[in-house]
Amino acid sequence: MNLDPKIPSGPLEDKWKQHLKDVKLVSPNNKRKYSVIVVGTGLAGASAAASLAELGYNVKTFCIQDSARRAHSIAAQGGINAAKNYQNDGDSVWRLFYDTIKGGDYRSREANVYRLAENSNHIIDQAVAQGVPFGREYGGLLDNRSFGGAQVSRTFYSRGQTGQQLLLGAYQAMMKEVHSGKIQNYPRQEMLDLVVVDGKARGIITRNLVSGEIQKWYADAVVLCTGGYGNVFYLSTNAKNSNVTAAWRCHKRGAAFANPCFVQIHPTCIPVSGEYQSKLTLMSESLRNDGRVWVPKAKGDKRKPNDIPEDERYYFLEERYPSFGNLVPRDVASRNAKLVTDDGLGVGETGLAVYLDFRDAIKREGKDVIQAKYGNLFDMYENIADENPYETPMKIFPAVHYTMGGLWVDYNLMSNIPGLFVAGEANFSDHGANRLGASALMQGLSDGYFIIPYTVGNYLADNEFSKVSTDHEAFKEAAETSSKQLDKLLSIQGDKTIIEFHRELGKIMWDKVGISRSKEGLESAISQIRKLREEFWQNVRVPGEAGYYNKYLEYALRLVDYFELAELMALDAIDRNESCGCHLRDEYQSEEGEAIRNDDDYAYVAAWEYLGVNGKLETKLHKEPLEFEFVEMKQRSYK
Amino acid sequence: MSDMTINLKIWRQKNSTDSGRFEDYLLPGVNEHMSFLEMLDVLNEKLMKEGGDPVEFDHDCREGICGSCNMVINGRAHGPKHQTAACQLHMRNYNDGDTIVIEPPRAAAFPVIKDLVVDRSALDRIIEAGGYISVKTGAAPEANLIPVPQEVSNQAFDYATCIGCGACVAACPNSSASLFTGAKLSHLNSLPQGQPERDKRSIAMVNQMEKEGFGDCSNYAECEAVCPVGISISAIAQMRRDYMKAVF
Repeated sequence: MNLDPKIPSGPLEDKWKQHLKDVKLVSPNNKRKYSVIVVGTGLAGASAAASLAELGYNVKTFCIQDSARRAHSIAAQGGINAAKNYQNDGDSVWRLFYDTIKGGDYRSREANVYRLAENSNHIIDQAVAQGVPFGREYGGLLDNRSFGGAQVSRTFYSRGQTGQQLLLGAYQAMMKEVHSGKIQNYPRQEMLDLVVVDGKARGIITRNLVSGEIQKWYADAVVLCTGGYGNVFYLSTNAKNSNVTAAWRCHKRGAAFANPCFVQIHPTCIPVSGEYQSKLTLMSESLRNDGRVWVPKAKGDKRKPNDIPEDERYYFLEERYPSFGNLVPRDVASRNAKLVTDDGLGVGETGLAVYLDFRDAIKREGKDVIQAKYGNLFDMYENIADENPYETPMKIFPAVHYTMGGLWVDYNLMSNIPGLFVAGEANFSDHGANRLGASALMQGLSDGYFIIPYTVGNYLADNEFSKVSTDHEAFKEAAETSSKQLDKLLSIQGDKTIIEFHRELGKIMWDKVGISRSKEGLESAISQIRKLREEFWQNVRVPGEAGYYNKYLEYALRLVDYFELAELMALDAIDRNESCGCHLRDEYQSEEGEAIRNDDDYAYVAAWEYLGVNGKLETKLHKEPLEFEFVEMKQRSYK
Repeated sequence: MSDMTINLKIWRQKNSTDSGRFEDYLLPGVNEHMSFLEMLDVLNEKLMKEGGDPVEFDHDCREGICGSCNMVINGRAHGPKHQTAACQLHMRNYNDGDTIVIEPPRAAAFPVIKDLVVDRSALDRIIEAGGYISVKTGAAPEANLIPVPQEVSNQAFDYATCIGCGACVAACPNSSASLFTGAKLSHLNSLPQGQPERDKRSIAMVNQMEKEGFGDCSNYAECEAVCPVGISISAIAQMRRDYMKAVF
């Protein structure tokens, strides 16, 4: 397997500029001869599709939702980082780069992250020109917020709906090209396979989710922008239909899957209230600026929170991390919440929650001030949890939020399958072992608007393409494989529902491949996953038929891939004998419980090759070493 | 509070050609903390266990922002709670023994695909007709070269926040998409960046709305009442003004 990252040589700040000079171009007359498939229409997909179409390529877009505008990017709340330095607080491309690579705990490529920081400013320009209504100051210029992991204010925002506004900007740009005829847009279509001809990605197989028909599509390049795989945990902040299927099917066709165990668990979500719970809702981490996190000192203390006197409360973050207190990074806050609930100190009906208390902030600053800062979040909390957070502390608990791992890509965002490009959360490239707040939107749009259009062109100009149609044997084989799998799922007619299996898988993943992991726990997770996967293929009940709209059949198909991915995540976590970013191994922490990274042995990208599933997942590890020429690797400390 | 038993009357329709009918379901064990869609999940689990066909409905983010869910609950798009999408509605708004009628949004421009799932691609085609500012990637000037007064920007946001669910269409006696179309026009037409294409955009989007078979607006304001994000009906007035200015 060839895992050459193809990073241009030269000084860090010149690499991308030089690469842009070097990439091959396709002449305007020739662009119209090429076709590109874009799968997924979130920030990365919609922006890539619009930009490629503007250049003159023939683009086809596919998404599982009924409209391209509903991709899960729409739910991002907080903001998007850019190194504009509008606040005059000393920000620069270098600082944004440095914060991002440090935040990722030195498990990403310097060159990629530097390019991301460079592109950040163009994204803001582009979005403003499209009419994205960012927050502004009285003078009419753009406003900024501060966000975790940075000492400068560089976050641009549209109230609490930044993802929605940026996505609508990209979606509208895409619809402009649908109007011009350069994009053919196919909603309610799910990619089931990648078609590889003569070693190159030449098309995809989809299921039309309305008619159930299996359809074949050819192209000269495929751009995969299908998001993350957090739903492998069953409960997460992801949208219900977000899934790994398109990416996993590419993995099965030969694309390496990188760092699958890097999963971000967000500390402030509304806790699970019962078995029926279908998803988790994030509460912005900005709440930790004023809220104090605590649990009762005594196990099983059933008193109401306001009846528990001050000296019987355990403010565990403030006590353990006196200098950062409640503002420790996401991974540290999540891990400590788990530790206290494991010790039996958790609150609420399930015991799986901790308090986030605004009593002291309200006393100090007044209710009006707190309401002005967090009013909409308090209302959202009250609507879901049915408790008034001005009067009684919020109950919060960590939840799976974002996956840093994904398909391996080189500097051109091309996977190891020529012609298969991967952008946005679906690739592994820029966040290392931990993503900082307000950087996911930045990466999706940097990939889509400002990288893919150049690198796809370079690939097309640099390669010869044989004439391929969907009658080719490879299309037939892939379509038949997809069809057979659907029939198999429908034929089982067992006793257990899809959700029951998914819930069980999620519990294994959360308990053993979640906030903290141990070799022993991971090994037992693997044997449990294998057993459950086997049972699934014997005893699942999938309703209805394949030839019409059937959401539970879609769901079952996605679960098939989660079952394989789950095992790979555990294997990856076992391989990484260190704690870094969101990956905490119990065996690798200091006496005070701090993560111990091992740069000598693990400063690499773990890229896994799929070999098959036969009771167990057969897979092979390849390593791409990470070299740090421009920054010094330091241990993070928040004490 | 102990668990509730809910009587459900749900629209079942196999496909776009089936005539469809209401079917009754008795659902015990409904917890007050469940969301409305989780209650439907529980119903579907029960139906599948019994070998029946689950009720199909569109949903995705379950946070009120993606606009996928759009069912009509007891005659009201998204149900009884003001400015709340169906996915953010909780069962604590109901009592033991209540009957809840659930149906798809009814409009000629939204053909039913199955049960509560409808085809809303007409809304995409209205955006396609002109709901954008034509700026190519890379052509944008430095962002702060375009100052926008804060109140203008805030007002543009109030319209841009539309989630495209189509509740406005479902609630309108004329099945008009005027609130949806007006919201996008008011967003883009109020910004300096949107001025060059203002007239062209207004005409193209209004004409497309008509072409899709949506009715006209006769100021019932039912759309504003059910909008889960509180888009003001003044969007429609703005649309009318811009359209008139553009055609005359």
